[in-house]
Amino acid sequence: MAEINEIIKPENLVYAKSKVLTDNVMSYCPGCTHGVVHKLIAEVIEEMDIQEKTIGVCPVGCSVLAYNFLDIDWQQAAHGRAPAVATAVARLKPEKIVFAYQGDGDLASIGTAEIIHACNRGENMVVIFINNGIYGMTGGQMAPTTLEGMPTSTSPYGRDIKMTGHPLRITELIAQLPGTNFVTRQAAHTPASVRKCKKAIRKAFDNVAAKKGTSFIEVVSTCSSGWKLSPVKSNEWMVEHMFPFYKLGDLKDE
Amino acid sequence: MAKVKGAIKVDDEKCKGCSLCVVACPQKVISLAKEVNGKGYNYAYMANPDECTGCTNCAMVCPDSVITVYRLKSQVEA
Ligand SMILES: Cc1ncc(C[n+]2csc(CCOP(=O)(O)OP(=O)(O)O)c2C)c(N)n1
Ligand code: SF4
Ligand code: SF4
Ligand code: SF4
Ligand SMILES: [Mg+2]
Repeated sequence: MAEINEIIKPENLVYAKSKVLTDNVMSYCPGCTHGVVHKLIAEVIEEMDIQEKTIGVCPVGCSVLAYNFLDIDWQQAAHGRAPAVATAVARLKPEKIVFAYQGDGDLASIGTAEIIHACNRGENMVVIFINNGIYGMTGGQMAPTTLEGMPTSTSPYGRDIKMTGHPLRITELIAQLPGTNFVTRQAAHTPASVRKCKKAIRKAFDNVAAKKGTSFIEVVSTCSSGWKLSPVKSNEWMVEHMFPFYKLGDLKDE
Repeated sequence: MAKVKGAIKVDDEKCKGCSLCVVACPQKVISLAKEVNGKGYNYAYMANPDECTGCTNCAMVCPDSVITVYRLKSQVEA
């Protein structure tokens, strides 16, 4: 039987952290989906060999520090305005690969106008949308995406849709817009879903390299701190409650 | 029959003990240590190293990208 030290040798290496990720310890809570999606974006950038020509736009939210974790060029936007800033970058630097990275509070609440109009104009960019149904960074307040009955710090007895309206499936709205060419909803909680999500991110980046307009990827995500569950229980809760409402799969692929 | 043997290396000072790798491993190789790292997290380690096939599932789901995977296509077993 092989000893572990005989296996752990450079010639047997099959998986290592992407070189596009920095060595900084991520600021996210244990088990946070932001970390998984950062990894996938880094792997796609590395595989496409576009580290030198990729420009990301950071949101406001827990991923406000994303520029510390991926070793590429970044621009920071005000809350919700990443698609507007990314529009400017993509138009001024058409030779670059531009993506906006946003949470659900950022994209589906304060930044609703920016995302709808950027997608409607078909700006040549990737949008990565981390939907954890909550304002993670500020202490787990209700977001437009919060499910009916879901407890948050501002809806402790569960979201009451009579008072606060219905959870917003903004990805379905975005799929209606002619400027978008690829709109998909993914997850990243199992090895299979991680592989699928990475394929979708790769396709989106390929589309932007081919100047096809806006490619939009929602990742149904967890926020174990906001949800007040362990990371493993959060994934189970997401499967049981988020997936029936936020159905996974491609909404548009042209 | 050629049996695929694998092993993982966890950067245990950066592991946050989230357990997502534990549930993702089809071979039940990984457990969380009773000891904690410098940040106070019970870090992941190979509790059943003989069962690892180097499938990379654990590394794929790790939010902090702290797992490195090795795989050996080992000798024919007698
Ligand atoms: C103009 C403005 N309004 C409000 C805030 C406070 N704020 C910071 S993050 C955030 C919500 C973030 O939620 P989300 O986009 O879902 O990101 P998450 O942390 O869940 O990933 C809010 C309201 C702010 N920073 N700026
Ligand atoms: S608060 Fe939620 S979204 Fe923010 S890092 Fe923690 S788990 Fe992730
Ligand atoms: S998934 Fe990563 S961070 Fe979480 S316990 Fe496993 S090795 Fe540690
Ligand atoms: S490589 Fe596969 S078998 Fe080995 S510990 Fe990771 S998930 Fe388990
Ligand atoms: Mg959120």
